[in-house]
Amino acid sequence: MTRNDLVIRVAGEAGEGIVSTGQLLTQAALRGGFHVLTYSQPPSEIKGGHAFYQIRLSADRSYSKGDSVDILLAFNQEAYDRNAAETKDDGLLVYDPSEVTPSADSHFVQVEFPLNDIAKNQLKFPIAKNVVAVGALAELFDLPTKHLDSLIEERWLRKGEAVVQKNLDALRAGIDYVIEHVPQRDRFALYPEKSHAGEIVVSGSEAIGLGAIAAGCSFMAGYPITPASDIKEFLEIHLPKTGGHALQAEDELAAIGMVLGASYAGSKAMTATSGPGFSLMIEMLGLAAMAELPCVIVDAQRAGPSTGMPTRHEQGDLYQAAFAGHGECPRIVLAPTSVRDCFYQTVNAFNLAEKYQTPVVLLGDTLLNVRSESVPRPILNEVKVVDRLLFSENGNGVGNEVGRMNGEYNRYVLTENGVSPMSIPGQEGGQYIATGLEHNEEGLHRYDEATHTIMTQKRFRKLERAAHEAPEGDRFGDPEAEIGILTWGSTVGSVIEVIRQAEQEGLKLDMLAPRMLMPLPDHEIRPFVESKRVIIIPEVNYVGQFANMITSQYPRDYVRINIFGGMPFRVDWLLEKIREEVAQYV
Amino acid sequence: MSSVVTVEKRKVNDYKGDERPTWCPGCGDFGVLNAVFKALSDHNFDPKNVIIVSGIGCSSRLPFFTDAYGFHTVHGRAMPVAAGIRAVQPDMPVLAMGGDGDAFAIGVGHLIHAIRRNLNICYVVMDNAVYGLTKGQTSPTAERGLATKATPQGASDPAVNPLLLALATGCTFVARGFSSKPKELADLIARGIAHEGFAFIDTYSPCPTFNTVNTFKYYRDATDDLPADFDPTDFNAALQYAASEDPLYLGLYYQAEQPTFEDHIRNNKPEVTNSAMTVVEDLFDQMS
Repeated sequence: MTRNDLVIRVAGEAGEGIVSTGQLLTQAALRGGFHVLTYSQPPSEIKGGHAFYQIRLSADRSYSKGDSVDILLAFNQEAYDRNAAETKDDGLLVYDPSEVTPSADSHFVQVEFPLNDIAKNQLKFPIAKNVVAVGALAELFDLPTKHLDSLIEERWLRKGEAVVQKNLDALRAGIDYVIEHVPQRDRFALYPEKSHAGEIVVSGSEAIGLGAIAAGCSFMAGYPITPASDIKEFLEIHLPKTGGHALQAEDELAAIGMVLGASYAGSKAMTATSGPGFSLMIEMLGLAAMAELPCVIVDAQRAGPSTGMPTRHEQGDLYQAAFAGHGECPRIVLAPTSVRDCFYQTVNAFNLAEKYQTPVVLLGDTLLNVRSESVPRPILNEVKVVDRLLFSENGNGVGNEVGRMNGEYNRYVLTENGVSPMSIPGQEGGQYIATGLEHNEEGLHRYDEATHTIMTQKRFRKLERAAHEAPEGDRFGDPEAEIGILTWGSTVGSVIEVIRQAEQEGLKLDMLAPRMLMPLPDHEIRPFVESKRVIIIPEVNYVGQFANMITSQYPRDYVRINIFGGMPFRVDWLLEKIREEVAQYV
Repeated sequence: MSSVVTVEKRKVNDYKGDERPTWCPGCGDFGVLNAVFKALSDHNFDPKNVIIVSGIGCSSRLPFFTDAYGFHTVHGRAMPVAAGIRAVQPDMPVLAMGGDGDAFAIGVGHLIHAIRRNLNICYVVMDNAVYGLTKGQTSPTAERGLATKATPQGASDPAVNPLLLALATGCTFVARGFSSKPKELADLIARGIAHEGFAFIDTYSPCPTFNTVNTFKYYRDATDDLPADFDPTDFNAALQYAASEDPLYLGLYYQAEQPTFEDHIRNNKPEVTNSAMTVVEDLFDQMS
């Protein structure tokens, strides 16, 4: 068992406290100095069903969920049966003997732990089972208990001192049991080598919400959909604190409609959805592009098509994000590569949307949105926020110079970079009609050949400019390596760990993951594809959507590695696959 | 809705845009446009403080012919766009304009929810029972059997009753107007704008090109004003009169006071708000 990189999985019936157990351990581990990265699998059923919450604790930063489980806490027999296979042979099994009978030939190190008995009979507080479990695990791994004490106080203080005390007693009962009954506990003790204390534990969805607030978003509308609902719920709670508002629309058509209304009226606005909901928004993606209204659309991808597997992972919406739409509909697509990056790319999404008055699609996915991770706390005064170019009615300001033609404001005046100053309702002399019809510089509908030609050019000119301002791609590995890995989005996590392991074996790899996928930033991709002998493109989809986009723009041979079962890449599997592929070229 | 107080009273012409209407000669929508101008001038709004939102269709071109801010959206989606505008500009009067296809076919899903929210806008539906821009198919307000150029076999389904639909959904201002009674229509629109909540005005606006049955004369014969002593706070009476097919009544059927969409948003905000970065720093603290 590696002492400074452990995967703990808490498994049981949904609603049994799996998530709260996991969350408490996660935060305690963070305060104990570990890097934490969580992965959970909620059941697709409405109530009950098997669920687990997995925490990877490591001294160094980890980038993927971990391929197998070191420690399994099984709340019931099904949890044991389903998860034993993924647990390492020399792993540790912690279980309640009243619920679980391990198989006779189990190789696990086993620790019996009568959770139900302690909670029900000793504490007379059956719902505290999960807190007892947290205490026991914390003691097993020698996590400092002071962090847990303060976490329990923070979590239950609103319910009063008595509730806090009962939970502290439960925690203590778990700790005491382990001290009394588990000999040689230092077998399990964890020793962080680097401190990650001071970091924040955040999920991808929360990071997106935080990024939106930081970027100045003041309106959000969404419709419930897995795995994007968390973003709406986060903003419903926190956006009003800035004077903004988030709400639930009657469907995704309405959600994007409201966003465009809010944007037209002067707000930075966003929506968040998953693939099926994004499909419904495509109609008004066209309107946003045509009327040149800034907006941010988060698509937290899940396995499709159709309802597919709502709680499973897939990078299957890249085509939809990059190409969906009637007519020629320019948009920008960004793909964050980690939980932390969700924060920064959301800020970038707003900045680009506002600067270029165009829809920006931010591609998350089940893996990124749902998992929590400890990440360095973003330094806010280094966050650059861009506002839209506004028409200035009083004669000052940039907008005035370019916005006026023959003394009149022209909403869609032609400019070098394609960006025309916007006016906000209420502005004197700024009246115009936002429309999905083709229009002239004044905003009046016109169907002549010249108008459609120059206005199409105007709209695409903005994208050309935006490509030069693409957020820098994610790089990892040896820049001199002859073997390149070109990938995108959350697959970056697995790839980074593959590169680290490969390096130990003497195999040098170099990764580029562009963060802007539409338009593709040529200045980043061309030098990469021209300088590598072999380029491997791993992605979680069947057709190789990114590989096809790259091939059409940068024709050459690429090695594609695709999985499409609803799970992310296992690091060991991907490394083996890369070894095989590389062997053919040597 | 708040009105802007100025010394000089604005005239109808102050709201006219540079574009001339593109409607067919004799279209009912001209009368509605004039009523809108009149209602806006009654309120003496500054055109720069008015937003007109529309969908797609002949009637939805209306914003282009005014000097207000406008948003000509996509088919059926005027309601959500108006909600987004009101969510962030709750002090600016918003008029929504569109046709019966927009309101009762492709957009009916949104209409119901805009009404439920009690979104504080005035929605004028120019109802002519046909789709004009696509050359005359029947719409959901066409009587069963109505045959047109593009629906020669006749409308297959019974007509939607817009007033009953609005009443059943909880609409707080339900009225019916007629484009050839511009003074009364202007008055309804002005009152709809003044109403705190969702004002719904179904307006007969005949299409002389594609509907040869529901003409100006047809509506002049078929309609009657609501009785002088009609009480628009009486919900049951409103239902009863709205269900009448002969005559078809014109006027304000129902008006009620209910919390609005905008009230909800206002109440949802804390008294003291913070800068975005302060809020984010606080959240970071909680997450560490």
